Amino acid sequence: MTTARRHSGARLRAAAGAAALIFAAFGAAAWGILPAPAAAQEPLRIEITEGVIEPMPIALPEFAPGAGAEGIAQEVRAVIAADLTGSGLFRVIDPNAYLAPGGSVDARPAFENWRVINAEALGVGELGYGDDGRLSARFQLWDVFGGQPLGQGIALRAAPGDARRIAHKIADQIHLALTGEPGYFDSRVAFVAESGPKNAREKRIAIMDQDGANVRYITDGRSLALTPRFSPTGESLVYISWATGVPKVVIHDLRAQRSEVLGSFPFMSFAPRFSPDGGRVLMSLSDGGNTDIFEMTLASRSLRRLTSGPAIETAPSYSPDGTQIVFESDAGGAQQLYVMPAGGGTATRISFGDGRYGTPVWSPRGDLIAFTKMLGGRFHIGVMRTDGSQERLLTASWLDEAPTWAPNGRVLMFFREGPGAASAPQVWRVDATGRNLRRAAMPGAASDPSWSALLP
Amino acid sequence: MNLIRPLAFGLMALGLAACSTNTPETTSVAPAPQSLDPSSVAYFNAEVGDRVFFGTDRSTLDVEAQSTLRRQAAWLLDNPTRTAVIEGHADERGTREYNLALGARRASAVRNFLVAEGVPAGRLSSVTFGKERPEALCSAESCWSLNRRGVTVMTDGPTS
Repeated sequence: MTTARRHSGARLRAAAGAAALIFAAFGAAAWGILPAPAAAQEPLRIEITEGVIEPMPIALPEFAPGAGAEGIAQEVRAVIAADLTGSGLFRVIDPNAYLAPGGSVDARPAFENWRVINAEALGVGELGYGDDGRLSARFQLWDVFGGQPLGQGIALRAAPGDARRIAHKIADQIHLALTGEPGYFDSRVAFVAESGPKNAREKRIAIMDQDGANVRYITDGRSLALTPRFSPTGESLVYISWATGVPKVVIHDLRAQRSEVLGSFPFMSFAPRFSPDGGRVLMSLSDGGNTDIFEMTLASRSLRRLTSGPAIETAPSYSPDGTQIVFESDAGGAQQLYVMPAGGGTATRISFGDGRYGTPVWSPRGDLIAFTKMLGGRFHIGVMRTDGSQERLLTASWLDEAPTWAPNGRVLMFFREGPGAASAPQVWRVDATGRNLRRAAMPGAASDPSWSALLP
Repeated sequence: MNLIRPLAFGLMALGLAACSTNTPETTSVAPAPQSLDPSSVAYFNAEVGDRVFFGTDRSTLDVEAQSTLRRQAAWLLDNPTRTAVIEGHADERGTREYNLALGARRASAVRNFLVAEGVPAGRLSSVTFGKERPEALCSAESCWSLNRRGVTVMTDGPTS
């Protein structure tokens, strides 16, 4: 299998504008180059659906820095390189091999210098401070062997503190240009930071950038807290806290830094997850030992029962179109996965293999459901079609648990823990194809990762 | 029966020490001195027995658990100012949210039994900790069987 396949008809989508980061496209016409007819040259393209065996080699020379921006330009370039390399889809060629600097974004590169080192794509950028003190970046990606620009160049402006976000935005643009699919680099991960001995472990809710930078703690560790999940906009979290003595679903506004227990009912509540429109929260309530799934409408705080019966029903997750809910139940004697219509109704069992299944999460693409499978004393992260067919196990260990999808539905994070008193959980990641299994960059022992949507 | 319990707890304490690198909490498993006040929490924990154990993925109370809970009920009826929270726990071999539900089921099974024995329901609350608060730390059935537990924890009155 070749790494880069060329397909005709591929086209870049225009980048969306943003409030925090001003993000604009500038055309290839800036270089006085007219786009070639589509049939004349098929765009450089990497296919990620079946798993990339050989990463695509990319040249990413240092960004041309404006006055006083040398250090920050190097940092931005390094963050982009780390994003691309970590994805497993790309290989950033060692800059020591480059025959020439990147040059100006407004100049047509001398492609022969990059063909010699077998770079398939070349990213050229510049970064400086504007008159207002804000960072200003421009970037253009080139098809080295085709001798053409790959999509439109992008221009970004942001506060100096958002330099890493500029880098993640550029990395996402490269991902989009070379795979035809959005990336996941400008996103965050909520998680449970764990410390201390296993029988008295402190568990705090925290958030960070997906690459491990900018860690921020949400709870102080005085009471147990678990299972953070982002709202669709990334502005809120839901998690569970024992601050009142029993587990209760809490909603936390990340901007206002304000937390509130959801609901005044006398039951334990857990397993919260937002609806795709962000207006409702699914959760499990435990009443007299029986756990069922309910949905709370946030505007009215009204509660609606979605399941009933004596079995455990928990871990609900909406389909991205909001029409269905996947959850787990032991109604059949052991944990299995079921799908029911939004609003409740007849549930259809979708897991039929050996072993127990839990923690189902619907892919943001809508095509797959990720889950934890327990079989023969081993735990696995797996994916299946939404009707339960084509089950594939991606990982195996003593304890793998709680998958969460990258915003593009191509990568999963989960947590892994080994046996014994000295073990502590670590967050790992794996492509939905099963490739590129690796530890995620984290500040320490951590569990329950929750991947946000792409930031605006 | 009362003579047997301290022996059983003593054996459990040995089991804990054998498979754990951390010193287990001994408040509830140490043999009680003779001088304990029968109305004290220490007496309840050591002589009456503050906990019952469950099978894997089960919340049914076996004969031994029922025997312990009958003693707990009698003690609670003898000490009518006491209130308690029933903690439900699970071992580490399950997923987090399911184990929270399982712990709730176990806590409820204990509470329902005590209420059926005559303890006023208003004196008993319940909470689940799922697999988050293991007491025995080895990753083997000898520890898991001690972690699949329902513990009756006094929430008022003197603690010694």
